[in-house]
Amino acid sequence: MTTEVGSAIQVNEESKGTEPDDSEASNPDKTSNGNEEAEKEIQEDEQPESTTQPLKEQEFNSSISDASTQSTPSSSDKKDPTGGKGLFRFLPGWLKKPKSMSQVETTEEKEAEEDIQTKDRNSEDEQPELMKSTSENEVVKGMETEESKTDEIVEQYSLNSAELQTDLQTDKAKKPEESLEKDADMDNEEVVLDEKKDENSKDGEVWKDEDASKKSPLKIPKKIKFMQSKVFMLDGSEFTYEIEKHAKGQIMLDKVCEQINLLEKDYFGLTFRDATGEKNWLDPAKEIKKQIRSCAWHFNFNVKFYPPDPSQLTEDITRYYLCLQLRQDIVSGRLPCSFVTHALLGSCALQAELGDYDANEHKAGYVTELQFSPNQTKELEEKISELHKTHRGLTPAQADAQFLENAKMLSMYGVDLHHAKDSEGVDIMLGVCANGLLIYKDRLRINRFAWPKILKISYKRSNFYIKIRPGEIEQFESTIGFKLPNHRAAKRLWKVCVEHHTFFRLLSPEQTPKSKFMTLGSKFRYSGRTQAQTREASILIDRPAPFFERTSSKRMSRSLDGVPAGGINEVGLQQESSCLSSTADGVKTEADALAIKDITTSLKASQLEMPVETKNNSLSIEGESIYVRHSNLMLEDRDKTQEDLLKHQASISELKRSFMESTSETRPNEWENRLTKPLLLQTEGSLEEEITSLLLSKESFSTGLVASFSSTVSQALEDAGLKEKAAAESVSLIDSKQLPETSDENQKSEMEEQAEVIVEEAIVIEEVKSAPGHSKVKLESPVENSSIVPPVELAAKESNVSSSDSRSDSEEEAEYHPQTKEGENVKRDQNECKTLTTVAMDSEISVTDIEEVHFPVTVVHKMQDVLEEDLQEMQNGKLQEAKQEHEDINPKLNGDVSFIDSDAMPEVVCYAEPPVVKTEMVTISDTVSPDKTEIATKEVPIVQTETKTITYEAAQGDGSGDNDPGVLMSAQTITSESFCQTMTTQITKTVKGGVSETRIEKRIVITGDTDIDHDQALAQAIKEAKEQHPDMSVTRVVVHKETELTEDGDE
Amino acid sequence: MAGAGVYSHALVRGIPESLAGGALRRSGEGSGVDTARAREEHRLYVKALRVQLGLVVTELPADEALPDCVFVEDAAVVCGGTALIARPGAPSRRGEVTAIKKVLSDLGLKIVEMTDETATLDGGDILFTGKEFFVGLSERTNQRGAEILANVFKDYAVSKVSVSGALHLKSFCTMAGPELIAIGSSDQAQKTLMNMQEMSEHRYEKLTLPDDMAANCVYLNIPTKGHVLLHRTAEEFPDSAKEFGKLKDYLLIPVCNTELAKVDGGLTCCSILFNKAV
Repeated sequence: MTTEVGSAIQVNEESKGTEPDDSEASNPDKTSNGNEEAEKEIQEDEQPESTTQPLKEQEFNSSISDASTQSTPSSSDKKDPTGGKGLFRFLPGWLKKPKSMSQVETTEEKEAEEDIQTKDRNSEDEQPELMKSTSENEVVKGMETEESKTDEIVEQYSLNSAELQTDLQTDKAKKPEESLEKDADMDNEEVVLDEKKDENSKDGEVWKDEDASKKSPLKIPKKIKFMQSKVFMLDGSEFTYEIEKHAKGQIMLDKVCEQINLLEKDYFGLTFRDATGEKNWLDPAKEIKKQIRSCAWHFNFNVKFYPPDPSQLTEDITRYYLCLQLRQDIVSGRLPCSFVTHALLGSCALQAELGDYDANEHKAGYVTELQFSPNQTKELEEKISELHKTHRGLTPAQADAQFLENAKMLSMYGVDLHHAKDSEGVDIMLGVCANGLLIYKDRLRINRFAWPKILKISYKRSNFYIKIRPGEIEQFESTIGFKLPNHRAAKRLWKVCVEHHTFFRLLSPEQTPKSKFMTLGSKFRYSGRTQAQTREASILIDRPAPFFERTSSKRMSRSLDGVPAGGINEVGLQQESSCLSSTADGVKTEADALAIKDITTSLKASQLEMPVETKNNSLSIEGESIYVRHSNLMLEDRDKTQEDLLKHQASISELKRSFMESTSETRPNEWENRLTKPLLLQTEGSLEEEITSLLLSKESFSTGLVASFSSTVSQALEDAGLKEKAAAESVSLIDSKQLPETSDENQKSEMEEQAEVIVEEAIVIEEVKSAPGHSKVKLESPVENSSIVPPVELAAKESNVSSSDSRSDSEEEAEYHPQTKEGENVKRDQNECKTLTTVAMDSEISVTDIEEVHFPVTVVHKMQDVLEEDLQEMQNGKLQEAKQEHEDINPKLNGDVSFIDSDAMPEVVCYAEPPVVKTEMVTISDTVSPDKTEIATKEVPIVQTETKTITYEAAQGDGSGDNDPGVLMSAQTITSESFCQTMTTQITKTVKGGVSETRIEKRIVITGDTDIDHDQALAQAIKEAKEQHPDMSVTRVVVHKETELTEDGDE
Repeated sequence: MAGAGVYSHALVRGIPESLAGGALRRSGEGSGVDTARAREEHRLYVKALRVQLGLVVTELPADEALPDCVFVEDAAVVCGGTALIARPGAPSRRGEVTAIKKVLSDLGLKIVEMTDETATLDGGDILFTGKEFFVGLSERTNQRGAEILANVFKDYAVSKVSVSGALHLKSFCTMAGPELIAIGSSDQAQKTLMNMQEMSEHRYEKLTLPDDMAANCVYLNIPTKGHVLLHRTAEEFPDSAKEFGKLKDYLLIPVCNTELAKVDGGLTCCSILFNKAV
């Protein structure tokens, strides 16, 4: 940490110096050392966004490749005039991790502005906010605030941009005045914002602070923007909260539960309506903003997990809210019941609300004031009244209990229904409940799959799959597929399955680790406590029964008002209205503005990042470029022995744990935001926009890495080192069970299956239990690896950056990591592994490769070289090898494509699924590395799919462009629920010139139903990668996008 | 919620002369039905319900135009105060429901009719365990009928199971206790039971009987009698009778059903049992 900080500081200073100079002198030449170049590059990138990026990028790449060692020269060559303004400043920011963050933001903002230009409204709104935040940060630190300079800076920016443009023009003569004009426009628009930004930019520290704050909004509460959110309660009341813009869902849920004094809150959740009007659960572990997007912040407080035995709830207040939910379910028809049951439940509710029947008070028709049934007849009301009289003496709590005792018997109690079609296109319903998955045709249960019966749950596009364990009747495991209305629906269903399985199925012994694990997990994972855990926790509740106001009177009033339906109707209306109204309200506008800001920030960040890296190279190797080595994973899949397999599993488990832990650290949501927003823009815009956004996201990613870097690294270092061996041992226990399944899965040669392979791995583990957990585990594991990187390794990384060739035996260090991970795993994971549920994420539509490795060029080449066919062959071969060599070995090996180029694996998956009509390989490299020019358009024989591959390379050192394969230290494939993504992580260690370099390649296959999902997924993936490897820098982001031309339905 | 075997009322119907010659049977073989003996056996059956168990028994007169009318079970499904009037899979039996519907309506039950012309359902395919329904998809009951049943009895899970090798689900599978399923030992029966267990959220014990036909028994839970089981006699199925004999704390009532069995009739077929107290 210390070293890093120092380096960062130096960088900042330099950056500061350079920035002002650049701005003042308006001479890119000064910065030419690296900052300028980086800026230029960024500019270029920006320009392409606005105009035609790909061409420029390609050019850049070529130029970069030419510029062998230092990125700067290449960058300068490449540069386009557009983004020049803040680039200089940004660049210095990059050098410093925290500082770089701030600078990055500025750059991002500017860039965003550019993009925004079209969307000026939003940008303006956002910018002021940014300004504020920055200023605040500055105040807080009080270190360096040069407000006076802001104006100057602005001017400088403009000058710089102009100069840059000119330079660019001179250089390439390609970027016309238009770019200049754009810049000017940008400046104008930005001016307001820029003032503040400029201030920040001048004060490198300030910027840094700001960046940090943005990255981890939670951590830095100051000057955070708040969103007004409404929560509609089960009793019809509504609460309004001021929620920090980047807050995660848990924060709001906690607020609600706190307000209603609810301790047993694990059964509850918040729902919101997405743009399509579908109800979604707010993921407590994810940022609210990211989830609801442009919709209003309107939520409903609902029961998420219906306790099968409500009598085991500890507190009456919990039962009370469960009753309210059930009443809502009944009135809305979600919970159907017979006339008799309606009457009985209604009478219990009546008793709870009104108390004993009083002939004087309860005149004829008093029941009518309350609604108990979707079709409330006079007959029913009479029956209710009749039964009401029999409940005399029951306290409200007792009446609630009786209500629940009857309600829980209903077959549809706690069943979450999802519309679907079976393989024959017949409309069916999939019901998720505590015990498993129920299949209905109309209301007739036509099949049931208890959790223990399910080996794997997955979804691909709009298809939802469950793999069934062989049973007494069926001797072979089978996979059953269902067609959901769209991808989002499939994802929702999958998530609900994962959550229910985790909550109800996972047991207490494994709870603690699992729970952490779960919590850490990204969106798709269940982040809360399991039922067993919440029960344990609730036993400890030691407080007098809290007083709570039963809203009977309120209901009465409302009912009197003519809204007998009460909560349900209102809720539905409110929800719908919320989505609609949000736009109008201006809340939405705010959100847009925010998004814009984020985008800008991301853009800036990207720019900054580039410069920073360059500086590092030139200056000296300082913390940023450090790469960690992950020795745990078995690089030698070929040589795999059972031990290796075991280790592999262990490492995976460790990774899971570490991942969870890492996630626990509330890290920068900002990244997500930034990424997401750019993505949104992309969706709106053209391919070019997408490309730019991708680039931006990448950049932001790298910055994020840097920022998180310091904090994570220290922890990782501490943790690492102890565990690998233990993990390996522990793994062995698990293996025996896992192996058989793996073999079966391996046999499958289909490309898709590869994606699934990961899942399968999880399955193996899951044999003991069902699968949801696997995906989570996998994701986590990579994170740990990244985080684990010790400081020494960091140095190594830097060295790598500077000199790509340097390779040393970093195994020790790598082992370090794994050990820690493994050790942890051994203790906790063994149990977990057995009990873990595997959830397979199959994502086909788009593949996003995020490569943190230093050998971007190589990777790219591999990509190109390996055509789809080749890839398939490779995969198959790998699989076969894995099988042959290690039949007994872990199934995970299959999933890990590590042997082959890491890139190839993921891509293969992508290709495999649908035939690709068009394949475009676009490589954008900021780096000088010679190898980079890989942009090539390949035509793939596949027919129905459009494939685009976009490679973004950060300007890191020379590009480790060496094609030196290095030694594959470890490879892991992780499947995460979030975004339907399959993540393959490969860690390669290379030693050159006594310097060891570790590169981590992650491949994430994201299956998205809609572009929006896709974008989000990409953003999420990058964010996760960032979080996972805080100490690493993102060298390349390759986005490979496949779009099904044929199927419109999915999208 | 209705418990298993909690009945207060029974509906039965006489045996027409036309049964011997007109009743449907799955296999053409089979010996002739001795109508007189059949009526005697039926009389004892009804007597057990009325006298021995104290149920309120409503006995409909036989209808000569409806040879199978004695098997009232197929004409309706009654649960929780609601009677779903069936639409028998055999067209010749559709007329049976008319009288049944009237009687059940007169008894104060809520009547629901199956109006879907594509739906078929025989009550003999409906097994109510006290916690849920199983619907056997058989020659007589199709999925549409099962779906309608599921829509009528909303409180309960209604799961479909496929039936083969027998006329009805309850031909080899009935309740023998609150959580006890009597099941035949044939492969078909065992497979069906496994299917049912997979479909159910609840756990059931099983009473496996050597003879599938013996697995058709009538379980009642009578307040004054406790567990009561009407089962086939030892003369008919000695091995199965031994199994019944192992039941503890049961009032076992052997009932002879030799004649109606020739036309695929079981003990459950001859009555509609329901609890009107609900």
